[in-house]
Amino acid sequence: MNFGQSLLEALESLNANKLRSSLTMLGIVIGVGAVIAMLSIGAGAQSTITGSIQDIGSNLIFVSSQRSDAVRNPKPLTIEDAQAIADPLQAPSVDQVAPTIQGKIELSFGGESVTTSVTGVTANYSQVNNETLYEGDFITVEQNYERASVVILGPTTAEDLFGYIDGVVGQTIRLDGQPFRVIGILDSKGGGSFGNQDDRALVPLSTAQMRLIHRSPSNRVDSLTIQAVNSESVINASDEITQILQTRHRTAVGADDFSIFTQQAILDIATTITGVFTVFLGGVAAISLLVGGIGIMNIMLVSVTERTREIGLRKALGGRKRDITIQFLTESSLLSLFGGLIGIFLGWLISLIVGEIAAASGTPFTPVVGLDSILLATLFSTAVGLFFGIYPATRAANLEPVEALRSE
Amino acid sequence: MVVGWEECSVDNPVIVANHLAKIYKMGKVEVHALVDVSLQINRGEVVSIMGPSGSGKSTLMNILGCLDLPSKGEYMLDGEMVSTLNDDQLASIRNRKVGFVFQSFNLLTRSTALVNVELPLRYAGISSGRKIIAQEALEAVGLGPRIHHKPSELSGGQQQRVAIARALVNKPAILMADEPTGNLDSKVGQEIMDLLLNLNKESGTTLIIVTHDPEISAQTQRVIKLRDGLVENNS
Repeated sequence: MNFGQSLLEALESLNANKLRSSLTMLGIVIGVGAVIAMLSIGAGAQSTITGSIQDIGSNLIFVSSQRSDAVRNPKPLTIEDAQAIADPLQAPSVDQVAPTIQGKIELSFGGESVTTSVTGVTANYSQVNNETLYEGDFITVEQNYERASVVILGPTTAEDLFGYIDGVVGQTIRLDGQPFRVIGILDSKGGGSFGNQDDRALVPLSTAQMRLIHRSPSNRVDSLTIQAVNSESVINASDEITQILQTRHRTAVGADDFSIFTQQAILDIATTITGVFTVFLGGVAAISLLVGGIGIMNIMLVSVTERTREIGLRKALGGRKRDITIQFLTESSLLSLFGGLIGIFLGWLISLIVGEIAAASGTPFTPVVGLDSILLATLFSTAVGLFFGIYPATRAANLEPVEALRSE
Repeated sequence: MVVGWEECSVDNPVIVANHLAKIYKMGKVEVHALVDVSLQINRGEVVSIMGPSGSGKSTLMNILGCLDLPSKGEYMLDGEMVSTLNDDQLASIRNRKVGFVFQSFNLLTRSTALVNVELPLRYAGISSGRKIIAQEALEAVGLGPRIHHKPSELSGGQQQRVAIARALVNKPAILMADEPTGNLDSKVGQEIMDLLLNLNKESGTTLIIVTHDPEISAQTQRVIKLRDGLVENNS
């Protein structure tokens, strides 16, 4: 018997038992649908996260101090470290250095108060971090020099404090009880993967150091955001930074009291994390595909028992083992193939809906149904059908014609 | 050896069985369904096999029809030594040399008469002209206008005609009919018998009918009576 006839015959037989066939397929539909939806949501999350990391800027290096048991006497990062790194003679690949201090501070205006992340920044922070202002001006070098009581608010913070953001510039709010003048509102960056980037406040670094976050005369900073000359020089720049800091902190080799993150490293980590998530979700979905496959096996076994007499007859008419095996394998593969196709559509629909919901709740997020996940799901579901069809088909093929014909 | 058998046979036998025995093992008990059966059936003969239930006539039919292998003895069908074949070779022999007609018709209920008759041709690997061959076989049994009907749309007699067409479509050496009239009333049963005898006369197909109906066996040229796994008479 050739392939086309087996297909036709299998279709005929599946068609004769429509309800049973569709219920059997349902297991595969759900399994494949879940796999497709999970993979596409994972891929969408990955591209959203990496996209928002890339928004930060492609030539950035982050340095923070790091406590570790290997370092006997760790030294914090200081303004002097920042100045040394900014020196074009010592670090030719570095363009700008923006030291920052971070802390959680209570902001209040009138009766409203919110606690948010406050960052002490230098004048070049806006340039390094691609910050743009909705209204007002950024913190200047002079304001940093004179420890001015000025603050720049994120749009969400302003909204929370005032209930509006237009005309907020010029108002005076209190940070930990001290009066600060609002000199600008940041442009919205949207909810990012690392918390809401719109809910924060910026103050001059010197102000934060002396009055707000550290409250003691100290040169200590929490982190340095460093802009390399261009994205190709990021690796050179981080080597230069490492050397400068190792010399200045006099650390032993391999026992740094600081850590350097390039954006590429963060991207790699984020990709790894989302990748693990995708595999995990896909794995859970694959289990349901497996359950669907067992459903196919179950029904095919019932079908073999029901059609024992037919199998006996086919053998009496000259059907070989191979013919019977092919007949049953074709049926189970067709079941899972159709289930897989419907499942792909279902998964696509689910990811579309998830994307719509995400968009409606303010997180732009596009699940991507990739060709690879479609191929994977189709191949996998057909393989499931074949694999779980083998046992029933072999059982049918190995029936003794005499006994099969005798059965009722 | 094959040549030797044919040379020594004077009457051109299509079936030569020597000392067939069949032993079923049911747990620890051995059931001797066939004890020692030797027989010879000539080409074009019409033979009936009779015997009470438990006499081994179904077992004999299964072995002669190549559905089962004997435990002991030799069986040669149309020049081929059957007793040593494997499953697939047996399937091929059944397909080419044996046509089966069953008491309960055994048609594929979901398929039309034409598709049912086509089935042995498919297993024979014939890829072109199957429909025409199948149609001719159906016309030969008088079902020309009903080839696209499903078994449920046909009467019992018509269904048995489809089964006969299916049995003959590969032009087998022997036609094995197991109680072919058992599920039919006597008038329709006689029609089926007439059809079988006619086909034998026209095409010379050897006809073996297993029955316990003396009226049926009376119409055959020879009656082989079985009792307790042995041939009672072999006239």
